[in-house]
Amino acid sequence: MNYAYYPGCSLTASAVEYDLSTRLVLEHLGEQLTEIEDWTCCGASAVEPVSRLLTRALPARNLALALAQGGKDTQVLAPCSACYLNLLRVNREAVSDVASRAELNEALSSEALAYAGEVRVRHLLDVLLNDIGVERIGEKVVNPLEGIRIAPYYGCQILRPYPVFDDAEHPVSMESLLQAMDATVHEWGLGGRCCGASLMATNQAAALASVRGLLEAAQGADAIATVCPMCQMNLEAYQSRALDGSSARKLSILYLPQLLALSFGLESKQAGIHRNLAVSSDFLTRCKQRVSAVA
Amino acid sequence: MLHETRPAEPLSGVRDTLSACMQCGTCSASCPNAAFMDMTPRKLWRLAQLGMLDEIERSEAFWLCSSCYTCTLRCPRGLPLTQVMAEIKRVVAVHGGRTGRRHGNFYRLFLNNVEKYGRVQESTLMTCYLAAMGSPSLALSFAPVGLKLAAKGKMHPPHSAMKGTLKPLFAKVREMEARS
Ligand code: SF4
Ligand code: SF4
Repeated sequence: MNYAYYPGCSLTASAVEYDLSTRLVLEHLGEQLTEIEDWTCCGASAVEPVSRLLTRALPARNLALALAQGGKDTQVLAPCSACYLNLLRVNREAVSDVASRAELNEALSSEALAYAGEVRVRHLLDVLLNDIGVERIGEKVVNPLEGIRIAPYYGCQILRPYPVFDDAEHPVSMESLLQAMDATVHEWGLGGRCCGASLMATNQAAALASVRGLLEAAQGADAIATVCPMCQMNLEAYQSRALDGSSARKLSILYLPQLLALSFGLESKQAGIHRNLAVSSDFLTRCKQRVSAVA
Repeated sequence: MLHETRPAEPLSGVRDTLSACMQCGTCSASCPNAAFMDMTPRKLWRLAQLGMLDEIERSEAFWLCSSCYTCTLRCPRGLPLTQVMAEIKRVVAVHGGRTGRRHGNFYRLFLNNVEKYGRVQESTLMTCYLAAMGSPSLALSFAPVGLKLAAKGKMHPPHSAMKGTLKPLFAKVREMEARS
């Protein structure tokens, strides 16, 4: 299928490897991504405390562009959970009510754009699971990650407040994908627990406590799989600080499509794994040894 | 006078939204940041219901909301609590004093960055934020991460490709907000 791709700001900077691996893996699976031209910031979760209207207008601008460029029923694919939620909220809240739709369109008229909920918003995980499916993914696995234990981490905004494709209290959608790669799922019950998000900038003690709780609960796993740049950043960049004084081991932190790329036998460099902040060489060797065993 | 217009009540929206809160405490028990708050979300709703803006402003609890939506998901009354937290941040940043504005710094700088560059320029945003907070110890606490990011080629000067793209939308929204 052809998706209108909305990378979002993080994927052009600190999460560049999420962008690389998403494109790589989807292309390998035969899907097409067409980046929305002239896309701009969705507002993340930092705009809502300042302007209610911009919280809706910023993401709506991007959906209006996707509509203008791809037509009705375009599927917009967002790998970042904060972007995904902001875009989805426009469809769920802002266009359903006549007054707020009019308000939104008045704002969009500044660029001669219009939007009334015509396109669909999808998270990468939803597309992998429900459009592509475990079977097609399994067929591409040439380097099974057997014996590698992964803690699936969903974070918050992918399923809250809108649990579109999984249970918000007990998410399981990543498990079948990890099993398709032959990896072992680390059962931990904290998959949907907050990573601290932007509190890492505004109240570090609270955010570090969240990260520490996650890392401690994931002990026994070799890696944590993420599907959001904010989660990835908090877990990988602040590990040493969060584990200060704890006996817990450091863990490798990778984006889900990076793990898929490894299991597909693709070059780890192409998936941007060398740009992650917390992937141990031991972990990578264990994953890659399988490639040479197969070759 | 009967029809005298009263001064706008900044918390009136929040009060209406929270009128159905039955003070059960499910939100507080679910909040991952409650331990770091100086009052629980439940108590904060109570103050908001009573319109006690001063009391609310003396608290920093709502600045500790990480928008995780757990309370929103679990509230038996189905109240949009995460949205209420954001609205309280907004009210305090506008109607509150200096502390309110200081706490609002990150969000405001984020928005400035978006308005100027169209896409958030993370490195520039962090630099501006640390400068605005004027706290050397805060700046130092981010230094190791900044170095890690730089080593991975992830710190860079702002890209200007989309610079100015959002000016018309921001101008329009400003005009609309001034009207309401
Ligand atoms: S969970 Fe809902 S009803 Fe219960 S105290 Fe919190 S806001 Fe009020
Ligand atoms: S959304 Fe905010 S208040 Fe609600 S549980 Fe999460 S951090 Fe706590």
